[in-house]
This record gives sequence, C-alpha cells and structure tokens, in this order.
Amino acid sequence: MKKRSLSFYLLAVFFGLFIIFLYGPMITIFILSLQGPDGTLTFPVRSFGIYWLGQVFQEQRVGNFVEPFLRSLVLGGIVTILVASMSVSAAMAFRQRFRGSTALFYLSIASLIVPSILVSLGLGVMFQVMQWPTRWYSSGLGAHLTWTLPIAFLIMLGIFNRFNPSYEEAARDLGASDSNTFLEIVLPLIAPSLIGVSLLTFTLSYDEFTRTSLVSGQYNTLPLEIFGMTTNVTSPALYALGTLTTLFSFSLIAVAYTLYRRLSKQRLSK
Amino acid sequence: MAKAWTNVKPYLLATPQAIALGLFLVFPIVLIGVVSFWEFNGYSMTPAFTLDNYIGIFTSDVTLKTYLNTFKFVGLTWLFTLLIGYPVAYFLSFHVPKLRWQVLLFLLCTIPFWTSNIIRMISWLPLLGREGLVNQLLVGAGLTQQPLEFLLYSDFAVVLGLVHLYVIFMIAPIFNSLMRIDRTLITAAEDMGASGVSVFKEVILPLSAPGIAIGSIFIVTLVMGEFVTVRLMGGGQAASIGKLIQTQIGSLQYPLAAANAIVLLAVTFAVVVSILRLVDIRKEL
Repeated sequence: MKKRSLSFYLLAVFFGLFIIFLYGPMITIFILSLQGPDGTLTFPVRSFGIYWLGQVFQEQRVGNFVEPFLRSLVLGGIVTILVASMSVSAAMAFRQRFRGSTALFYLSIASLIVPSILVSLGLGVMFQVMQWPTRWYSSGLGAHLTWTLPIAFLIMLGIFNRFNPSYEEAARDLGASDSNTFLEIVLPLIAPSLIGVSLLTFTLSYDEFTRTSLVSGQYNTLPLEIFGMTTNVTSPALYALGTLTTLFSFSLIAVAYTLYRRLSKQRLSK
Repeated sequence: MAKAWTNVKPYLLATPQAIALGLFLVFPIVLIGVVSFWEFNGYSMTPAFTLDNYIGIFTSDVTLKTYLNTFKFVGLTWLFTLLIGYPVAYFLSFHVPKLRWQVLLFLLCTIPFWTSNIIRMISWLPLLGREGLVNQLLVGAGLTQQPLEFLLYSDFAVVLGLVHLYVIFMIAPIFNSLMRIDRTLITAAEDMGASGVSVFKEVILPLSAPGIAIGSIFIVTLVMGEFVTVRLMGGGQAASIGKLIQTQIGSLQYPLAAANAIVLLAVTFAVVVSILRLVDIRKEL
C-alpha cells in the first residue's frame, strides 16, 4: 500500500466534517426530544426522559399525529404496490427495443427533475378543472407516483441490466409459458432487489412533502401535518415526532439493506 | 402468432408506467400551459385566450426581483454543493482503499436522502435560532456580544438548508463518474512526469465533467421550484419563484400561478439545455 499523502488526511478530515454536517442537526433533535417535562425547544437540556416521546401519541393542542401517520402508511402501501408492479413491468419491456422506449425513458427522467411545484400545481389545476376534490388517495397518490415511479424504474433498469437471460431462455426451451417463466424464474431471481426497491419506495412516499403539499386536500399526510406544526408548536413534541419518524425511516432502510444482503447471499450459496 | 405476441409484449409491459406518467405528469403540465392563458376575475378562472398573465409577470418589478433572488439561491446552492460534493466524491473514489468501504461510506452519505426533508430542516432550528446552540457557543466564547440574527430566517439559512438537503444529488453522479475513470490513465500520466495537480486538471477533472453536469442539472431543477425550504428556513423574509407560485395558488389565482410556472419551466429547461450543450453526458447513461 502506498504511503498516505497529505491530501489523504486533509480530505479525510473534510469528509468527517461533512458527515457531521449531514448528521449533526439530526442528532441535536434526537437529544432535544429525550428531555423531561421541563424541556424546551433549545439547549441546555435540563433533565433527560422520554416524556415527549409519549406526548406524541397524546391528543395535541394543534393537530393529531396518529391519523396522518396511518394515512401515510396506507398511501405508502398503495404507492409501493403500484410502483413495484409498474416499474418491474416497464423495466422488463426495456429489455427489448421498442418504438417509444426512448421517449418513455426521457419522460421518466423528466418526471424526476421537473421542479416539484409544477407537479403540485398541475395536479391542482387538473382536479380544479375536472371539478374533482383533491384527496390524499387521488391527487396525492398521483403526486407520489411522479416521484417514486421513476426512481424505482431506474433502479429496476439497472437490476435487469445485470440479469442473465440464459435462465429464462432455458425455461422457455423446456416449454415454460411466459407467465410461468416470470413467476418461477425471473421473480425469484429479482425478489431480493425487488423487496429492497419496494421498501425504499415506501420510505420515499412516506416522507414525500413538496409534490403533495398543494394537492392533499382536506386530510393531511404525516409530513404535511408536521409542516403545519412547525409554525405553531412550541414544545419538544415536535422534535420527538421528528425523532420517531426518522427512526422509522432508518429501520426501513436497514431492513431493506439486510434483506437484500441476506437474500443475495442465499442465492450465491445455492 | 407467437411472433406477433413478442412484438406486442413490450408495449403492454410499458403501458402502465406510460399511463401513470401521462396522467399525472404530462396531462397536468399541458393543463398548466392551457390555464396560463385563461382569465381570472378575482374569484374564479374562466377559459379565454389572454396574454395578460404573462405581461403581468414581465412588467412586474416584484416578480423580476423574485426571479433574481431565485437565481441567487440556485447559483449559491450549486456552488456550495459542488465545492462540498466534489472533494467528498473524490475522497471516496480515490482515497478509500476497498470497494466495500467505498460503498459503505457512500451509503452513509445517501441515508439522509431517504428520510424526511421536513424533519431535516426542522433539525436546524435548535442550532441556528436566536437562542440556538451556535449563538450560545459564540456568545459564551465571547466571539460576539449579541446573538447573530442572520443565522436563521435569512437567505443564509435558506442556502444552508438547500445545500444540506441536496448535496447528495451532486455527490452521487460525480462519485459515479470518478469510479469509472480507468486508473491506468492516472498511472500513465504520473509515469510521464505529470504532477498531482496536473493529473487532476488534465485527466480527472475532464473525465468527471459529465458527473458534474448531471449533478448540476439536479441542483438547478430541484432549487428552481423550491418553496418549502425557502419558507421554513427563510421565515417570511426570503422570496423565491416557487414560493410566489404557492402564494398565488393559495389565493386561487390559478391562471397567474400557471403563467409563472410556465416561465419557470422555460427558464429551467433553458439552463438544462445549456448545461447539456457544454458537456456531453451520454456516456454516463
């Protein structure tokens, strides 16, 4: 191994500072949410406790978290199922050339990078013109799809790029139908990645804010409820909620990662 | 028969995604375009063909100033994400020894992306506020007499928040293009007597330009329509075009909001196209 140069140490320090910049603020609200009943929104911490974590589940003076949380879970579930099936199906289509494939590819990219206010405004205008009421499960669902679907699709494209087609060809040579080949060969092989992608889709949907913000209608999803609270909540319950929902996202990411690792190992050892 | 099926299959498979994006992305944006020519009478919008909404935008000092302010946010965020993102990506791809560690540290950078943006912004409040940790430390250390007011609810706070939220969009593509650089090119340059600086300038930087371009496109498009960070971190003070549109929607002025959105889209598109003119990114796709 080469002797480490000065630039290595400088960059390592820079990287360390960057990680602190990235996670530092998050850690401060973790600490502030673990205060006793006399806790405030700022330091110093007077006493430690889990009082505020419990407060999250109580009826709040401004808003209520339990229902928006359940709404976000349901919406995340619907989005995940739709996105998983659509992205796998589209990525399978892209294994062949077909007319319009380039257009669909760029449309997916465009969906990802179009300024999010346009998606929100567009859906708002569409529902206004059609005289449909905006709801989290209709216009909100649409907004979530424009964000999660292209991401899942791009990941699935990458997965199918590395997919060895000879297994399918073998199955077909042995007389398996398309649906049999898919269910018995393709699906088991992509299952670990698919579960990972699904969990990541779920977290993206669960945390989505900007695109939904103008079109969720009467009932808020959790991020919208939290945003509404930022202006009028003056207790550490806000931080406690932030801590809980962040831990929830972390655990989903961790599960996605472990499942992916374990399942891909299993496949190797078979 | 079988051949016909093979020909039709990809279309059937791609249809659900095409419908979803058509219905929730293309159709709404087309409608924005249509509605931007409609009239607004103070209560509701009526179909018409008027250019008033657009004329209003280009003749209003407030709107033009808001655009300038938005460009300022885009420019500053771009600059800082690049200045932070490049060294981080460079460190990961050239100084971290094993692939396993490279992937692990890269994942460490990406995890916050999967968590809530709102929470990530709220996390800054106890640090930057008037009574916040930073001010407590500064005053405590005697560095300032008064708590610094500009730390929160200011343009500074907005840019800080934007850089914090979006820097990963700069790191990931640059990391990707740095990882693809053939290491023998660098050895070759060194063997021919190039110094560390010139290896970077002549070999690494040009080869990572597509990554920088993709990252820049992400930053521009994300920040152009930004209104949440501007509202949360900027308080009532900061203005951006996204926030202006949001306010107009709040007062149901859909035609005006739509015209603003079309101008925003055109500007964003122009910036993206000019980035693509400068750098060829096709190799990366």
